[in-house]
Amino acid sequence: MSSLELRAVTVRYGRFTAVRDVDLLVPEGTVTGLVGGSGSGKSTLGRAVVGLAPVVSGQVLVDGGGLGRRRGRGPVQLVFQNPYASLDPRMTVGATVAEALPRTGRAGRTAEVARYLDLVGIDPARAALTPDALSGGQRQRVALARALAARPGVLIADEITSALDVSVQGAVLNLLRALQRELGFAMLFISHNLAVVRYLCDQVAVMDDGRLVECGPSAEVLHHPDHPTTRTLLACVPTIPQAEEAS
Amino acid sequence: MPHLPANSLPHRLGRTLRTPLGVTALTACVLLTLVAVLGPVLLGARADQVDTAAIDQGSSAAHLLGTDDLGRDIAARVVVATRLTLELTLMASGIGVGGGLLLGVAPAVLGRRLGRLVTSAVGVLVAFPGLLFVLFLATVFGVGSTGAVLAVGLATIPPVARLVQNLTASIDGSDYVAAARILGVGRFRLVVRHLLPNIAEPCVLFAAQAAAGILVAFSGLSFLGLGVQPPQYDWGRLLNDQLNGIYVNPVAALAPGAAVVLTGLVFGLVGEVLAQAGGHRAPQERRQAVAVAPTATVPTATGPRPDGPDADALVRVRDLRVSFPGGREAVRGVSLAVGRGEALGLVGESGSGKSLTALALADLVPHPGQVSAGEIRFDGHDLRTDPRLGTTLAMVFQDPMASLNPALRVGRQLSEVAEVHLGATRSQAAARAVDRLAAVRIPSAARRAGQRPHEYSGGMRQRAVIAMGLMGEPKLIIADEPTTALDVTVQQQVLDLLAEVRADTGAALLLISHDLAVVAQVCTRVLVMYAGRIVEDLPVAELARGAAHPYTRALVGAVPTMATDPDTELATIPGRPPEPAEHGHGCSFAPRCALATGRCLGTEPELAAFGSGRRVACWHPVDPIDADPIDADPIDAEAAS
Amino acid sequence: MATAATASASMAATPTRNPWAAFALRRARRLLVSLAVLVTASFAMIHMIPGDPVRAALGTDASPALVAAERHSLGLDQPLLRQYAAFLGNLLRGRLGESISTQLPVSQIISSRLPATLEIAVPAFVLILLTAVPVGMAAAVLTKDGRSRRGELAFTTATGVLGAVPEFLLAVGLVAAFAVALPVFPVASQGGLSSYVLPVLSLTVIPAATLSRIVRVETLRVLGEDYMRTARAKRLPARLHYLRHALPNLLTSSLTLGGLLFTSLLAGTVLIENVFAWPGLGATIVQAITEKDYPLVQGIVLVYGAAALLITFAVDVAVALADPRSTIRGS
Repeated sequence: MSSLELRAVTVRYGRFTAVRDVDLLVPEGTVTGLVGGSGSGKSTLGRAVVGLAPVVSGQVLVDGGGLGRRRGRGPVQLVFQNPYASLDPRMTVGATVAEALPRTGRAGRTAEVARYLDLVGIDPARAALTPDALSGGQRQRVALARALAARPGVLIADEITSALDVSVQGAVLNLLRALQRELGFAMLFISHNLAVVRYLCDQVAVMDDGRLVECGPSAEVLHHPDHPTTRTLLACVPTIPQAEEAS
Repeated sequence: MPHLPANSLPHRLGRTLRTPLGVTALTACVLLTLVAVLGPVLLGARADQVDTAAIDQGSSAAHLLGTDDLGRDIAARVVVATRLTLELTLMASGIGVGGGLLLGVAPAVLGRRLGRLVTSAVGVLVAFPGLLFVLFLATVFGVGSTGAVLAVGLATIPPVARLVQNLTASIDGSDYVAAARILGVGRFRLVVRHLLPNIAEPCVLFAAQAAAGILVAFSGLSFLGLGVQPPQYDWGRLLNDQLNGIYVNPVAALAPGAAVVLTGLVFGLVGEVLAQAGGHRAPQERRQAVAVAPTATVPTATGPRPDGPDADALVRVRDLRVSFPGGREAVRGVSLAVGRGEALGLVGESGSGKSLTALALADLVPHPGQVSAGEIRFDGHDLRTDPRLGTTLAMVFQDPMASLNPALRVGRQLSEVAEVHLGATRSQAAARAVDRLAAVRIPSAARRAGQRPHEYSGGMRQRAVIAMGLMGEPKLIIADEPTTALDVTVQQQVLDLLAEVRADTGAALLLISHDLAVVAQVCTRVLVMYAGRIVEDLPVAELARGAAHPYTRALVGAVPTMATDPDTELATIPGRPPEPAEHGHGCSFAPRCALATGRCLGTEPELAAFGSGRRVACWHPVDPIDADPIDADPIDAEAAS
Repeated sequence: MATAATASASMAATPTRNPWAAFALRRARRLLVSLAVLVTASFAMIHMIPGDPVRAALGTDASPALVAAERHSLGLDQPLLRQYAAFLGNLLRGRLGESISTQLPVSQIISSRLPATLEIAVPAFVLILLTAVPVGMAAAVLTKDGRSRRGELAFTTATGVLGAVPEFLLAVGLVAAFAVALPVFPVASQGGLSSYVLPVLSLTVIPAATLSRIVRVETLRVLGEDYMRTARAKRLPARLHYLRHALPNLLTSSLTLGGLLFTSLLAGTVLIENVFAWPGLGATIVQAITEKDYPLVQGIVLVYGAAALLITFAVDVAVALADPRSTIRGS
C-alpha cells in the first residue's frame, strides 16, 4: 500500500517538452485515471515515473520519499501497451515472471511463479512456454503477473487493453480491478477510453499538451467537466445509441 | 497447445538439416574438413617434391594440373593449401567477430557517455573501406601470415561492431528490456539474459558471411604478395605464383581461385542453414494443401436482402470466399448488399475476415490469397471481369502514414487520379486536388498540396486520403478501420467528415471496424462478422437492446459505456476468437457461447431472415421482446426462450 | 482543442530552419572529425611499426650514417608533437613528403598515377548503376508474388554465385579467357581503348550482381508497402506505378548502398590493377608496402581515405535531399 505523488514534474526530450509542471497525487490504494489525446503526454508521464523518460525538474515521491537512484527494483511497476513487444521472445513465461522475484532462494521460486500465474488466471503448467504460444490477452496477463511479482506499491497501466480484442478486454479489466482491490496497490491507469476510465477509476486526471488541466473524482470530472479539453474528449466518445435516444 | 519441443532450436536445426539445403551444407562441410585435415597428411610430400626436370608443365597424366616453376605438382599444392588457408581464415574470423561482438555490445554495458564514445568511434572507422584498413594494418604489422591475420581480423571488427550495435540498439529500445530495467535488473545481467540470446541468431548468420569475406580478403592479400610468404603457401599465394604462367597453363591459375569460390559458397550455405534454423525462415511443416472444397451442397440460403428484390443495390455480393494456401479460409461464404447512398457497417474482431471482405470487393486481396464468389456486382458491373476503382470506388485504409507515398507530394498523389482516369490536364488536375483538399478541411490547401506526407499530422493524412477518393465521383467509399490509429478527438472529426461527404455526394459507405460504437455513430445498418462469416445483419438502432445473436449481444455488453454501473463486473466472453485455420464443423462461436447446445456444436447455422429487414445465423437467436437489456452478464440472456 | 502534436510532427514543423541544411551541417561536422582521425592515423602509422622502420626500408646492410640521414630527412628525430605539427603544415600546403625508394615527391607520384585509377573506377561505377538498378527492378517485378519460382531461383543463384567470386579471381579468369582462349582484348598495361575493357569489366561485374540482388530485395519490399496498395487502388498504368511511385522510394536506400559500393570500388582497383599491370595508384601502393616506402604508403592511404569519406558524405547529403525524412531521424 503506497501512494504516488508527482510535484512539478517536467519531462523534456532535447528541445521538445512532453510534460510540463505536473502535480498529481494518487492516494494509497486508489486508482487514478490519466486521459488525454495523443501527444498530450500521458504515456510519457507514466514512463517518467518508472525512470524511462528524462525528468528534468520536479520530484516523483512514493510514500513521501523520493525514488532516487536505487539499486534493484523500485516500488513502482509498469505494464506496457503492446503485449507482443513486452515479453522477451526467447524467455519462457516462467522465467519472465521469475525475473521479478527477489533474487534470494531458488527453492521456492517455481512455487512463487505458479502462484502469480494462477493469480492472473494463467494455468501454471504454461510456465514452460515461450510467448509466441500465447494470445494477446494471455501475454498481457503474464506481463501483469511479472509486474505484480515485484510486489509494487504503485502500478502504472499504460493503455494495457488498447491492443486487445474487445471480447478479451473485459476479462483483463475485471482481473485488474479484482487484483487492485485484493492487493491494495495504488494504480495510475492511462487510457484514451473515457468509459473504461470511468468504470475503473476513483479519480480522473486530464492532460493536454503536456499539462494537467483537470483532476478530480471520476463522477465529477466526467459528468460535470470544467475544462474545455475534458468537454471535447467527452463529446468525442462514440456511443451505441440507446433505443430511447435519437441516433 | 504445448509448442515447446516442436519449436526449440535443436529441433528446428534437425528439421533444416533434413532439407536439400541442409544436406548439401552438411556434406560440403564434412568434405572440406576432411580435405583440410587429411590433405597435408596424404599429399604433403608430393606437394613439396621438387622436380627440376618437369618445370612449368601443363596438365598431364602425371600432374593433373601441371607443375609450377620448381616442378612441384600444383594439384597437390592446392589440396594441401586448404589447411593453412582455413586456419588463417578462422583465426582472422575469430578476431574479427569476437572483437566486433565486444565492441558492439559494449555501449549497452558501459552506459551512456562511454557508450556514445564507442559508437562514434566505430562510426568513424566504418566509413573507411575494408581493404584500405587491411593495407594500413599490413604496413604496420609487416608482410607475412601473422601480420595478415592481424590485419584482416582487425579490419573486420568495425563492420561487425556496427552491425552488432544496430541489433543491440533495436533490442535495447524494446519494451521487454525496459521492463527488465524497471525490475532493477543490472546492466550486466540485462546483456547476458536479454540481449545476447536475442542477437545470437543474426550474429551467427553474419559471422558465416564475414568468414566468407575474410577468406576472400586473405586470399587477396596473399595474391598481392603481402600475405603468406614462401615457403608457406595458401590459395592466394598459389594464385600469385601461377598468374605469370597463365599463358601456358591457365588451369593452374584458376584452380586455387575455384577453391576460394567453392569454400566461400560453403560458408554461405552454412549461414543459410543457420538462418533457416533460426526460425525466421524455418521450413513450414508440410501442410496437406487442402483444395478449398466448395462447401457441401447448400448454396447460401438467402441472398442479401430478404425483403423484395435488390436489383438496384449498388453492391451485391453472394457467397464470397477468400482462402490462403494450406487450407486457411479467412472469409467463408459472405453475402451482402449495399444500397445506393447507404451507410453500412461491418464489425468484427481479429480473425473475423472483415478486412479481407472489403479488400476482395476492391480486388486488392494480397498474394497469396484466392478470391472466389458466386457474384460480385458493383453498379451493375461484374467486378471480377471489370474491376472498378480509380474514380467510382474509393478506399480509405487504416494507417494513413503508410497509405501515402512518402516520396511524393500529396498534391501529386491526388492529381494523378484525375490525369489518368478523368482525362484532366496537369493544371486542371492540380486545381481539383487543391479543391478537394480544401473540401476535407485541410487548412492552407494550396500550400499543403506541395508538401510531403510526413509534414502532415495523422488526422490530416487521413483526410488527405479521403480527399484522394473524392477526386472522382465515388459511388462507394470503403473505409477499413479509418480511425483506429487516431486520437479520439481526431477520430470524431474524420467520422464527421465521412458523414458530410456522404451527404454531399450521395455516395454509399462501407465502414469496417472492430469498434461497434464507431460504426454505430455513422452507419444505419451493421453486419457482424465472426470467424469468416456474417452472423448478424441488423439496424444500428436495435443494437443496444435488440441484437439477436449471442455474440453481438456479448460484444455490446462487453464494452463499458458512460452509463455502465461501476459496481458490476464487465461482461466477458470466455476464450478467444478463432484463427482462420481453426474452423470446425459447428457454429464457430459455440465454444464461447452460453446458449450453445449439441446442435450448435455439430452443424453450422446459415444466415436466415429474422424479423423484418434482419438476418441472423444462429440456432438459438435471442428474441428481443423477451430478452433483458444488454448490460448484464451474458448468462442472463439465457432467460430468453 | 487537443493539438495532435507528436514529437516528430513538432520537429518537422520547426518553422524557419531548413532541416536539410541542419542535417548537412551535422554531417559535415562528422566528416571533419573523420578526416582528422584519418590524418592522425596516417601520421601515426609509421610510429606504430615495431622495430626501426627506416632501417627496414633501407635494408639491413645500409650504413648507420645513411639510416641516420634518412631518419633526419623524414623528420623522425624530432619530438612527436613537432613532427605532427610539421605533418599537418605540409599537408595543408599539399606536400606529402618524399618517397624513400625514388626520392621523388609523393604528391608528384600520386598525381601521375591517380588518373589511371580514376579512368577505370569511374566508368565501372557508372556501368554498375546503369545495369544493376534496372535489372534488379525488373527481376523484382517479374518474380514478385511467387510469380516465377524458377526465375527467382535462377536470379538469386546467378547473383549469389557471382557475388561470391572475388574480383581478382574474375580478373584472372578474364585474363585466362582473353589471353589464352580468345586474344581479343589486351590483358596487361594501359594502352588503347580496348585495353580498358577487361579492367573495367572486372570491376563492374561482381558489384553489379550484388547490387542488383539488393535492388531486387528493396524493390520487393517497397512493392509490398501500403502506399503501393493505394497506388494499385488508383488503377494507375504500370509505368506510373513503378517509375513514379516505387522508384523514388527504393532509390534512396539503393543510393546509400551505391555509395558504399563506390568506396569499395576504390579498394577493388588495388587488386585489379595488379592483375592487369595497370599503372594506377593500386599497383603503386602494393609496391610501396612491399618496399616499405612509408611516406608513399602514407600519402596514398590519405588520398584513398579522403576520397572514401568525401564520397560517403556526398551520398548522404544527396540522399537527404531526395528523402527529407532521413534528416529528421537522428543522423
